[in-house]
Amino acid sequence: MNINEKLATLKYNKDSESHLSVDNDVCMRCTDKCCTFICPANVYEWNEQKCTLTIRYENCLECGACKIACDKKNIFWRYPNSGFGVKFKNG
Amino acid sequence: MDKFEVAVIGAGPSGVSAAITLARAGKKVLLVERGDGAGDKNVFGGTIYAVQTADIFPEFWNSAPVERSITEQKIFMLTDEDSSQFSYKYKLREHKAFTVNRAKWDRWAVCQAVDAGAYYAPKTLVKQIIVENGKILGIETEFEKIYCEIVIIADGINSIFAKQLGLRNDIKDKDVSVSVKETIELPKEKIEDRFNLDEETGCACKILGGPLKNKMALGFMYTNKNTVSLGFSIGIDELKKHHLKPYEIMDELKSHPTISSYIKGGKVIEYSSHLIPEGGYNCIPKVYDNRVMVVGDAAMLVNNIHFEGTNLAMLSGKLAAETAIDALNRQDCSASVLSEYYKKLENSIVIKDLRTHKNTIDVIRKNISTLTSLYPELACQFFDIMSSADYIPKRAKYRKFLSTVIKKGMLPSVPLAILAMEKCFKK
Repeated sequence: MNINEKLATLKYNKDSESHLSVDNDVCMRCTDKCCTFICPANVYEWNEQKCTLTIRYENCLECGACKIACDKKNIFWRYPNSGFGVKFKNG
Repeated sequence: MDKFEVAVIGAGPSGVSAAITLARAGKKVLLVERGDGAGDKNVFGGTIYAVQTADIFPEFWNSAPVERSITEQKIFMLTDEDSSQFSYKYKLREHKAFTVNRAKWDRWAVCQAVDAGAYYAPKTLVKQIIVENGKILGIETEFEKIYCEIVIIADGINSIFAKQLGLRNDIKDKDVSVSVKETIELPKEKIEDRFNLDEETGCACKILGGPLKNKMALGFMYTNKNTVSLGFSIGIDELKKHHLKPYEIMDELKSHPTISSYIKGGKVIEYSSHLIPEGGYNCIPKVYDNRVMVVGDAAMLVNNIHFEGTNLAMLSGKLAAETAIDALNRQDCSASVLSEYYKKLENSIVIKDLRTHKNTIDVIRKNISTLTSLYPELACQFFDIMSSADYIPKRAKYRKFLSTVIKKGMLPSVPLAILAMEKCFKK
């Protein structure tokens, strides 16, 4: 079961604006890019061609692991506005 | 909006417990929750513990949406393909713990608080705590400012507000683990057959080793009525160090032969994730200040050695509320009066137990390979010796078993064990 299939089991209400952001210049200098693998929802992906971090905020499980993991303290993390984000039915 | 005596941020177990305790004492309390309903944003293993929960919700099992009453605790020790299992099964004399579905349980708990007289504002995100001239005046939501005498911060592990007030520092990656879980639907009868249960009873399992070996990681499996909760938690530092993706470990765990036999034919109805505080006693932030207290996960009150979190959350919420009631009655909500909350925590099992295990995690960290790789291997080897009758002399098998112990440098007493064995076999 790949991550997209796992995420497809969830109910989300997608906000029009992202609750996650980064300073891409810092990401460019980051060699580890741990956000691209530690995130349980695979929200972050490094785009080699564009040299930008793609943030699929709509898949976020709101766990907060990314902001703690980022050594550069470069993930500006907040909760989605009320009524938006993930909605667990079996937490 | 009217002025409240207390505003509680977050309707998880600690927040609800605080709100209901205040409401029962006739205090005007507002409980604010960012989810559409309580439990929408919450994930745990898991079980709630009967004794402490009943302290807040007497005989809750008669009316609350509980899944199963735990009558068996099991530890799975996995090697790559095999497993040994240790289990404690007991007759249900009195309830010890229940599996619950948080979306249902948290909603029910909030209803009890509302029935007791608490005001409840779901679907409300708090933007900040209002501080003017160094004095906490209330909370500001997306919609309005709400003034109160005391704010109780129950906003969970990521506590934005304990941080806003400078009560807590950034969490280090080694002090927190990320937990992922899959809720797997199975026919009720299948769950009861596979776990050897009846209609009301349930099983709580911990999983060591297998895909989790040599890492600060622990698996879990809990039986609900029609679902099995399977998952694991792993230190964020471990994910970084080994370059691991949580969802890939999840699939490895599910495909381990022992685990897969329990969930075979099941349908994954939900994937979820949450953080767990792992720092214990050494990571407890300052839990009170003038007109504010911090409870539950926001105060990092989790005893990870005994898998206790919701019970400590409820207890801390209750103790903070009792302190608030006293402060309001005395019309003095200063830090010196609210410091009583920390004293209450110290005199309760919350701090007593966390202090007992102050260094345990460090010891486990140092011995993680022994715990998650060597022990499962030895346990399986032992049962393998006992279960295979072939043409290899038993003494050769015992030697192999002991040499595994020596190779891994486990016990200094092993040479003595060999001597004892030789002596025993000597004519």
